[in-house]
Amino acid sequence: MPDPARRETRNRWLLLTPTLVVLLFAASGPLIIVLIYSFLTPGDYGGVVWKFSLDGWFNVLFNRDFFTDQVTFADAHLSIFWRSIKLSVLTTILTFIFGFPTAYFIATRPRAKRDLWMLLIMIPFWTNLLIRTFAVMELIRNEGTINTLLMRLGIIHEPIQMLFTEFAILLGMTYVYLPLMVLPIYASMERMDFNLVEAGYDLYATRWQVLRRVILPLVKPGVIAGSILVFVPSLGAYVTPRVLGGGTDLMIGNLIELQFGQGRNWPLGAALSLTLLVIVTVALLFYVRTAGEEDSHHG
Amino acid sequence: MARGFDVRRQPGFVTLATICFLALYLPIILLVIYSFNAGSSIATWEGLSWRWYVSAWQNQQVQEATVRSLILATSASVIATACAVLAALATTRKGRFRGYSAVFAMINQPLMVPEIVTAVALLIFFAVIKVQTGYTGLGYLIIAHTAFCIPFAYMPIRARLQGMDLGLEQAAMDLYATPWRVFRYVTLPQLWPGVLSGAMLAFVISLDDVVITEFIKSAGQETLPTYLLGQFRRNITPEINAISTALLAISVVIVLAFYFLSRNRK
Repeated sequence: MPDPARRETRNRWLLLTPTLVVLLFAASGPLIIVLIYSFLTPGDYGGVVWKFSLDGWFNVLFNRDFFTDQVTFADAHLSIFWRSIKLSVLTTILTFIFGFPTAYFIATRPRAKRDLWMLLIMIPFWTNLLIRTFAVMELIRNEGTINTLLMRLGIIHEPIQMLFTEFAILLGMTYVYLPLMVLPIYASMERMDFNLVEAGYDLYATRWQVLRRVILPLVKPGVIAGSILVFVPSLGAYVTPRVLGGGTDLMIGNLIELQFGQGRNWPLGAALSLTLLVIVTVALLFYVRTAGEEDSHHG
Repeated sequence: MARGFDVRRQPGFVTLATICFLALYLPIILLVIYSFNAGSSIATWEGLSWRWYVSAWQNQQVQEATVRSLILATSASVIATACAVLAALATTRKGRFRGYSAVFAMINQPLMVPEIVTAVALLIFFAVIKVQTGYTGLGYLIIAHTAFCIPFAYMPIRARLQGMDLGLEQAAMDLYATPWRVFRYVTLPQLWPGVLSGAMLAFVISLDDVVITEFIKSAGQETLPTYLLGQFRRNITPEINAISTALLAISVVIVLAFYFLSRNRK
């Protein structure tokens, strides 16, 4: 007769086996292969040669001149990193500017109606990101809705070039990631005690002071969660910059893809992927720590 | 209590919220409207017509991509949900165990790691396997989709299990039901709404995926989203709007079903 505790452990791992096999095969395992590939030598036509090399990682930030061996910064990469970070920060700020009032608006509706308003936020969130990006594209094309309308009204005579610019990427990312900002802020606000807001006014605080000193501190966990939820996918965005950005307005995700296409430097692509992964992990750890502190403050 | 103003109001917030809701829906609504355009423009209205739906329906590439997308989403969501039920049973019943954090982190990995990184990882890994085995079928896409669907299927099932009364299972066991019969006749019927929710989320997530599919598909394995992505750089006709609208409609119907299913639970 086997020991019941041991049988329980065995059963538990048996139940977990299918999930773990799938994830090891198609999620965690391949990441380890990326790590290995980042330390190999690129093959002539893509792929790798099994020879150890640090060049993949070196090339993330630096260039070595082929003839003189002189080391310079890889300006093209740095400008893409800078653009990705800049656009992701701007996307986070813009989604906050529109998302915060929207979450506040929903949280101050009668209880029975709030679910329906949230459903209106959820529907775009669960619909195809590619199609939402495409909807933005149709709006801002030279022959798209905005330009056609403005030209017919006689306000402009030449279409304004909006598509294939950095502005288009920013607009598209703000549009597709907006629900990710509203959801967590709303979740914090719904639990907020509005009597505190009233107490603020009773003590002669202005509307701005109430917003700054009462509401914002109370919903800070939601704001942090929303910012991370928007910042992380923005930084790794691939579809939106590919569809809305021009040939040169690349982000990290597209730079990674290039290494597996025409660039054909797989170790560099692997190193770039892991760089992105590290930045994202740091952002997530920062979030987990702040969220943890908030929890311990409020008991 | 009469007051000079509503304490809950903030100046300008209603305006910004209105802009937000309009901005969320206006592009989608325009996209849907122009799918019914009689002309071939996506910005100049020339009258109501079904012609782009007919032409999409008759487009052989679209037909093949649709069938492939549906096969993929169905297999991935069914396998992912089955895995998620077992995993949820293993992780919720008897408190924490050694390795719990590692298992939890693994299940949630697809939510944390940027899609492009997973896509590249799978591209490299599957390239090796394709060379070794010569197999280039739909299996790669199915297992890749299953992996990123698991966390979406797992979440509602786990939530349902956590809120479940263990007394009934205990009673069934006291009456000498075998573990299988307990699961089949006591646990599963209570778990069913969670299983259905999980499967629906997984189906939508698989149907919408474009990045991972784009990287790992073999030649001739277009799904609807990768087909659309390929068309965007060309001359766009309302046919693309018609396909997009159909895809949107499927997602919206499933999300609404999910919403009402989870509302009844409360």
